[in-house]
Amino acid sequence: MADYHVPVVGDDIKTPDLKASTMAHLQPYPATAKHMDPMGFPGERVENWQQKGIEKLGELLKKYRSLQVYLDICVKCGACTDKCHYYLGTQDAHNMPVKRAELMRSVYRRYFTPAGKLFPNLVNATDFDEETLGKWFTYFHQCSQCRRCSVFCPFGIDTAEITMAAREIMNAIGVGHKYSVEIIGKVHQLGNNLGIPKPALKGTLEFLEEEILDTTGHDVRLPLDQEGADVLLVAPSADFFSEPHIQSLMGYAKVFHQAGISFTISSYASEAANFGMFIGSYDQQKKIARRVVEQARALKVKRLVVGECGHAWRVAYAFWNTLNGPLDFLDPRYPAPQHICEFTHDLLGQGALTLDREANDNLRVTFHDSCNVARATRMGPKAGGQFEIPRDLIRASCNHFVDMDEDTIREKTFCCGGGGGLLTDELMDLRIRGVLPRVTALKQVMERDKVNFMALICAICKAQFTKVLPMYGIPMDLVGGVHQLVSNAIQLGAKKGVV
Amino acid sequence: MLTLLAYVVLTIFLLGFLSRIIIYARAPAPLKIATTPAPTTLPGVAWRLFTEVVFFNSLFKSDKLAWAGGLAFHGAMAVVLIRHLRYFVDPLPAWVGPLQIFGIVAGIVMAAALAFLLLRRFVFERVKYISSKADHLFLVLLLAIAGSGLLMDFCVRPNIVDIKTRMMSMWSAMTGLPPLNSAGDVIFLLHILLVGLLLVIFPFSKLMHAGGIFFSPTRNQVDNPREKKHVTPWAEP
Repeated sequence: MADYHVPVVGDDIKTPDLKASTMAHLQPYPATAKHMDPMGFPGERVENWQQKGIEKLGELLKKYRSLQVYLDICVKCGACTDKCHYYLGTQDAHNMPVKRAELMRSVYRRYFTPAGKLFPNLVNATDFDEETLGKWFTYFHQCSQCRRCSVFCPFGIDTAEITMAAREIMNAIGVGHKYSVEIIGKVHQLGNNLGIPKPALKGTLEFLEEEILDTTGHDVRLPLDQEGADVLLVAPSADFFSEPHIQSLMGYAKVFHQAGISFTISSYASEAANFGMFIGSYDQQKKIARRVVEQARALKVKRLVVGECGHAWRVAYAFWNTLNGPLDFLDPRYPAPQHICEFTHDLLGQGALTLDREANDNLRVTFHDSCNVARATRMGPKAGGQFEIPRDLIRASCNHFVDMDEDTIREKTFCCGGGGGLLTDELMDLRIRGVLPRVTALKQVMERDKVNFMALICAICKAQFTKVLPMYGIPMDLVGGVHQLVSNAIQLGAKKGVV
Repeated sequence: MLTLLAYVVLTIFLLGFLSRIIIYARAPAPLKIATTPAPTTLPGVAWRLFTEVVFFNSLFKSDKLAWAGGLAFHGAMAVVLIRHLRYFVDPLPAWVGPLQIFGIVAGIVMAAALAFLLLRRFVFERVKYISSKADHLFLVLLLAIAGSGLLMDFCVRPNIVDIKTRMMSMWSAMTGLPPLNSAGDVIFLLHILLVGLLLVIFPFSKLMHAGGIFFSPTRNQVDNPREKKHVTPWAEP
């Protein structure tokens, strides 16, 4: 721990001077045949990897308009150069979005454009060689696919699309990242990223039921694999085991209990997360997401509700319908799928829940918009509902709420530094530096408004913050879910059922 | 000769531009990836694109200097292009005539904005770092076009009436060279050759941002993935 470099937190977020290659040393652990084989990826780097890689790029250009257009149209205006949290935290030139994308663009030019074939030096075209692949493996694993750059780009160029394509190409030639590929293997084997088997899951849920009974005196259920429930709740598996995630899980259960709506968790689809997105694999995303839809049918539920998880909500909201839809077997009166915040918000609007703000009077709360929720999804019928609905829930649950600097929230929010498949220990150096802009904005409200709780709705953010904030001298219990606040404030038994 | 060359250049430009657009249009967008908050209706998306193309909305949010320089350049160029109608259309529509003075001012603004955009590629550290030779050359080329144009306005006027008459009459013949009787005529030839060069490299370069932006999925998609199943051919279930 001691040898990590923890940046100094300034009064304000400042754009640092450029330095070449400060993070060139940091590569993730490569996947081995054990992880790659079950995915259908080559177990080790294929012999003709250069040719295969270029072929794969050619294939993806025909499959993804985003990739084709975004590789073509960047004018290098520089607007994105100070927008990435990894650049702000590391000063590494390749962590400027335009330079990250340039790693692929220079290869694209070399093999797919006349200028790059004829005048490679003039237009910065490079061969897909050992050195380039090394940079790809390094820097396409220093992008958390948070899309902040795409908000500020005059053409909406989305570096996440380029990073996904790069990872897909690397997987196709047998150069995978252990963390993401291994986790996908666990989902297919055991139904969730953490590899929790059914008996352990059952034990946990029973333990939580007792816990809630002990603390509240109310018999709140957390049912598993219960056919005929109204709702299938799909939460990130961290909600079953990690702190503070588990607090939100108890919050969801209390909301269902109080509203009198039956729900179930599925052991087969006990994971909302979908790392298929992180590695850019359409097929894996589809396969992982299919478990959820299959379970929704098998358990004969009427609604699908997704727990607090950022990229999971992106996959659920934006992709489920396309990947495995239509979801027309569900009750058409409700959005399919529905976010747990939308669900609770609706109930609150109907007067089905009573929240006591004073229960959270010890807390002064701020909200961290998680990138995938903020920039890739919506909640409720109106654009921007993804910002207002969680904030409404927080305001309904506590008396003291304040937002951070407006350049660091809503669609301009900064990534926690651990998203996009980078939440792994070997990348800790990057994760610590990447959180710097968020820590800076957080410290401002901690000092100015005495904020002592940062609410959020993403399992990866929660895991990342609880790990890296202490390195900046911020206690880990400062972080928790929106439904942790709801859980504290909800009055059980006062009123029951939807009016 | 020049007229023939102009036709060749225009053909390369149009076919090249069109073929890129066809490639963009044909490439499927398998998933909904609009950068949110995004419009939930088609007219909303049209408005979003309009504001991006006309006001450079996103750039305004990110970099005020680049925004000012970029908008000044593009806006001025638009006015200059309209003013140039007088050289290509006969008879000239009545409304183009009075634009002459605006056209001249726009020419100056365009050159100044280009000079600024070039300057920032040498002065601002991060922009300097990301700029390639090609990025500089595009600006130099545009600056040379604007500069030669202004030169003809203020210093060495070519006999434009003569040139237009001869060019228009050559429209069908396509033979002969443009008059080279004065310094102005030489600058004119340079001006038009540089424009030709720009048009030829246009479809094969980053200048395709002009058509490409309309195909940017993060900007042109309606945010309605739950309401409407989004399907593309290769990704059908």
